[in-house]
Amino acid sequence: MSVIKPYSRFSGLEPLIVRPETNFVNVGERTNVTGSKKFARLIKENKYEEALSVARQQVESGAQIIDVNMDDALLDGVEAMKTFINLLQSEPDIAKIPVMIDSSKFEIIVAGLKCVQGKCIVNSISMKEGEAKFIEQAEICKMFGAAVVVMAFDEAGQADTKQRKVEICHRAYKILTEKVGFAPQDIIFDPNIFAVATGLEEHNNYGVDFIEATAEIKKLMPLVKISGGVSNLSFSFRGNEHVREAMHSVFLYHAIRAGMDMGIVNAGQLVVYDEIEPELRQLCEDVILNRNNDNNEATEKLIAFAETVKAKGKVEVKDEKWRAASVEERLKHSLVNGITDYIDADTEEARLKYPRPLDVIEGPLMDGMNVVGDLFGSGKMFLPQVVKSARVMKKSVAVLTPYIEQEKEDRKNAHIAAGTINEESAGAAKILLATVKGDVHDIGKNIVGVVLGCNGYEIKDLGVMVATDKILDEAEKFGADIIGLSGLITPSLDEMVHVAHEMKRRNMKQPLLIGGATTSRMHTAVKIAPQYDHGVVHVLDASRSVTVAGSLLNKEQKEDFLGAVKTEYQQLKEDFENKRVVKELLPFAKAQENKTKINWSNYQPTVPTFTGTKQFDNYDLAEIRKYIDWQPFFIAWELHGKFPAILSDAVVGAEATKLYNDANTLSDKIVAEQWLTAKGTIGFWGANSDGKDTIEVKAPSNSPQGGGLVRLEFLRQQIKKAAGQPNVSLADFIAPAEVNVQDYLGAFSVTIKGIEEHIKRFEAAHDDYNKIMLQALADRLAEAFAEVLHERTRKEFWGYAKDEQLSNEELIKEQYTGIRPAPGYPACPDHTEKYKLFDLLGGEEATGIHLTESLAMYPASSVCGWYIAHPESKYFGVGKIEKDQLKDYAERKGMSLEEATRWLRPVLE
Amino acid sequence: MSNIKQELQKRILIIDGAMGTMIQRHKLQEADYRGERFKNWHIDVKGNNDLLCITQPHIIKGIHKQYLEAGADIIETNTFNSQAISLADYEMESLAYELNVAAAKCAREAVAEFLNDLPDASDLPDASDLPDASDLPDASDLPDASASGGKYVAGAIGPMSKTLSLSPDVNNPGFRAVSFDEVANAYYEQVRGLVEGGVDLLLIETIFDTLNCKAAIYAIKKYFKDTGKPELPISISGTITDASGRTLSGQTLEAFYISVMHANPLSVGLNCALGAHEMRPHIEELSQIASCYVSAYPNAGLPNAMGEYDERPEDTGHYLEEWAQEGWVNIVGGCCGTTPDHIKHIAEHVKNLKPRELPVVETELV
Repeated sequence: MSVIKPYSRFSGLEPLIVRPETNFVNVGERTNVTGSKKFARLIKENKYEEALSVARQQVESGAQIIDVNMDDALLDGVEAMKTFINLLQSEPDIAKIPVMIDSSKFEIIVAGLKCVQGKCIVNSISMKEGEAKFIEQAEICKMFGAAVVVMAFDEAGQADTKQRKVEICHRAYKILTEKVGFAPQDIIFDPNIFAVATGLEEHNNYGVDFIEATAEIKKLMPLVKISGGVSNLSFSFRGNEHVREAMHSVFLYHAIRAGMDMGIVNAGQLVVYDEIEPELRQLCEDVILNRNNDNNEATEKLIAFAETVKAKGKVEVKDEKWRAASVEERLKHSLVNGITDYIDADTEEARLKYPRPLDVIEGPLMDGMNVVGDLFGSGKMFLPQVVKSARVMKKSVAVLTPYIEQEKEDRKNAHIAAGTINEESAGAAKILLATVKGDVHDIGKNIVGVVLGCNGYEIKDLGVMVATDKILDEAEKFGADIIGLSGLITPSLDEMVHVAHEMKRRNMKQPLLIGGATTSRMHTAVKIAPQYDHGVVHVLDASRSVTVAGSLLNKEQKEDFLGAVKTEYQQLKEDFENKRVVKELLPFAKAQENKTKINWSNYQPTVPTFTGTKQFDNYDLAEIRKYIDWQPFFIAWELHGKFPAILSDAVVGAEATKLYNDANTLSDKIVAEQWLTAKGTIGFWGANSDGKDTIEVKAPSNSPQGGGLVRLEFLRQQIKKAAGQPNVSLADFIAPAEVNVQDYLGAFSVTIKGIEEHIKRFEAAHDDYNKIMLQALADRLAEAFAEVLHERTRKEFWGYAKDEQLSNEELIKEQYTGIRPAPGYPACPDHTEKYKLFDLLGGEEATGIHLTESLAMYPASSVCGWYIAHPESKYFGVGKIEKDQLKDYAERKGMSLEEATRWLRPVLE
Repeated sequence: MSNIKQELQKRILIIDGAMGTMIQRHKLQEADYRGERFKNWHIDVKGNNDLLCITQPHIIKGIHKQYLEAGADIIETNTFNSQAISLADYEMESLAYELNVAAAKCAREAVAEFLNDLPDASDLPDASDLPDASDLPDASDLPDASASGGKYVAGAIGPMSKTLSLSPDVNNPGFRAVSFDEVANAYYEQVRGLVEGGVDLLLIETIFDTLNCKAAIYAIKKYFKDTGKPELPISISGTITDASGRTLSGQTLEAFYISVMHANPLSVGLNCALGAHEMRPHIEELSQIASCYVSAYPNAGLPNAMGEYDERPEDTGHYLEEWAQEGWVNIVGGCCGTTPDHIKHIAEHVKNLKPRELPVVETELV
């Protein structure tokens, strides 16, 4: 069942979902007549087309929501709002993001709401005019489906202290959620950012009040969002953009960590926190966090600093020290700070320095972008800044591209001159790239595209937010040899799983590459790879993409490469699943309580036709042969596929058929010339369980146990199960002694003897093929013999399923009643129980099987197991067990804890 | 009316198919459309299918019954254009309320007759003989759904002929042919007629401009607020117009869903414009993101060169069966070009399949 998270969701033409990893949502502030003189002038002069370009610029520089405000005494606010928003809605580039309708007049807000199809944000309502008005306005907003910004403002005025901010927001929250029926995630609080460093001491704590109130509001009401107008903070430094930007950046760094989610901020002008000169940053921290500020000390210092900056004049404010660093450092600086001024020259310098133009991309440019990625990931850079970095990157690549093209051309000409074939242009391999639906991040993918493109592949980049169907349709149209998916946010992971799933549904064959910040080898192995059979590979970074693509497109390497990846992922998946289980184990006593519920009062066990044992020497191999399950035989030869379909498989069919024919030829010989003999033993005995995990078997008097009770010990699943699902132990399927029903247990062993001399003969002839063939066949015959005896046991010797009519295929699928689990296998993983099994059957003499000290059976082609007849009995795996069961088990077995630990290690953590 | 919710938990409900194609089969002429009451109407009314609820109610009722017999659980009133703004094409704005009441009555009676095996519909009084509609029994007097054997009447609210987000004038993108208030008022009147005529739920369908839908939601909320009546469930069905995967007004599916979530709908879904083949990925997506039930009633394929729909009923049935197997849908049926035969196949194909389980809507961030 899917889960819907309580994220804040807004929409324009496209959705905006504020997830935990969203970082910070930038609200574009330039389309506000009170904040932008230019915009106000354009609106007043009725230049709406030009005003639209202001909006477009905001979106291009990374605004995720656009704030529109028409509050000006000289404007008809309602008309201006309507006109501008209607125009805005006709521009898909702008209308894609949600609108924040900003006004202090509610009629203007309503006019705006009536023009927008998406889910808007109203900015703002408050309890300024009392509760009744607040409720009325909130209800209207709700009828339009809008989210609301609520100012921390009540009848008594605007909240300035932490306590007032929290109190007012909490009161508003209760009214909105309890009386109006607002979802908490549709509420955005603005706890008021006021100016600090004004010289008035009572203002000094305003920054701290906001930050601490934010943390407290988020604690009390975790689903709401916090917003604010950041530029107020630095009001007293008007005219000194250098200091203001630093203050905003420092403030946001702390406020975002406290839980601030969005803000009205000109993010394109923010400096990167880490890049602020240390002295200024320290001063800003002191002022904003109100530290070292007795008697306005910190304030005075910042003012003094500001004066020095001002005195130098605006042009000199630019710190050009970084220009003295190495070209690599300079490129990095330009990328991180989004500076394009020097990128052409620096790129050219780097190009001359490095042997190949491609090395510049793979070296310094990628290093710089990695820094950008890290800063973004740690909340020190915002999306608009990352967008600027990407532009710098593109510009730099543009400088290099002609040289890369020239290199290609040179290589081509060299081929022509030398008369060799230029594989590069002879149908370059095609790679399709896309960022999956719902995700807008494409920097990493672009780098991959560039790097692969530079390596001679033909790249088709579908861009961002690409739906699965489109990716796959385009891949088919383009004839892609490889599909590469990218994504940076966690929901993209599910989307990638979906793409893989759909590729399988569509019977596609291309390998699928997975990349991007949230992707991982583990997720790829556990979730994506199992969805698709033709290769899923996680690619750590762009430089790795070249080797991966190379291996996948090389006919000789592809199979081995994918095989290795598959094995590795399989292991990762198993590790992951094993690890996961351990967290969910029940106490052993609880697991015992939750045993398989069987109604024994209705159960009448079938009495076997004999108790004791029965031996089969020299069983008819021709008969056994009919029961062979061929699939494991092909797996032994590393041919994977279903039998008999594998015989006509397009790739391995011919080889499989040949193998199958050879196997049958050899089998004919084995049967006709009696190379091998089949020896089997079965036995049945009265048995009851102790109601827990022990089965007590009544050994016949002539057995080594001399008529006593043989206690067989079993292990029980300890994994926490879904309601109604039992924690199974094999002992559950035998009637407990307390119900006074005589139940039965059986056992069997089979072995195929006589292989040694033939093996020696093949070895002497250096005939490995027939040696392996013979071994594989002997194994198959042993398994088939077990199948034969089990069938006869059900129908004849025990006779609990006399009317059974099953085909060989149905037998292989284990569709019979009852089970034959083997000690050492998942249902009863302790190999040492084999001692008791073989003792009951009459030991080595009767069975012809020798147990090694590690409990392996010799001859190798041997099978043994218990027979259990109860119709509800089934195969299962015990899985991991806890120490408490281990201890109990060791006691029951009379083993030391160490010895039990050694034998049971595979099921222990 | 909590009844349909209980029913949706248990099984996949079937919504009926196209009304227009079924009316075409009757080859009605201008005089048939006019009937007795409008024989002297000053302009032509042929093509005003909704008018037939007054002038030829037995035909409409007959079509409803064919769908019920085919296995439909939900039938839609014949009111796709029954609001003042669309009716202006026939200068019949003043008939909006009455048309909705009459249509609801046709559907209600069809359900009653189907369930009670009443005598031939033509024996019943003609809806055009109705007295002033305000004298009609309101919904609470009609048999409730628990007594109506799991058959429901959905009041169909169409997209109307004018749209709020798009300018009809290419040279003036800021121009709008209609205002939000005009649209909301027109829908309000339609909702009043449908509710008083006795529908079980309101279905805003074939939405190609989300703002029109928001005006309809606004009108519905306002109507129930004004009258104090218990709110009827709202179902919402948008239309993805082409391969872009967006609505005509440009929204992605998820943006559309987010924009209408405040209706707190019983179901959200897609209908029209696409055949099942093209609709599939969108229904899959919707089934992942919707916290309410999911509906899907595609066209019978895409129109052929002649503009006709020719997907065979069994093919439509197979498509929808696969969606049901995937666990994506709660309500399925057909739109343009589908017939009772299509509905019959759909109903049979999904009969034994489990409905989509509602997702867990978390109220905490973990």
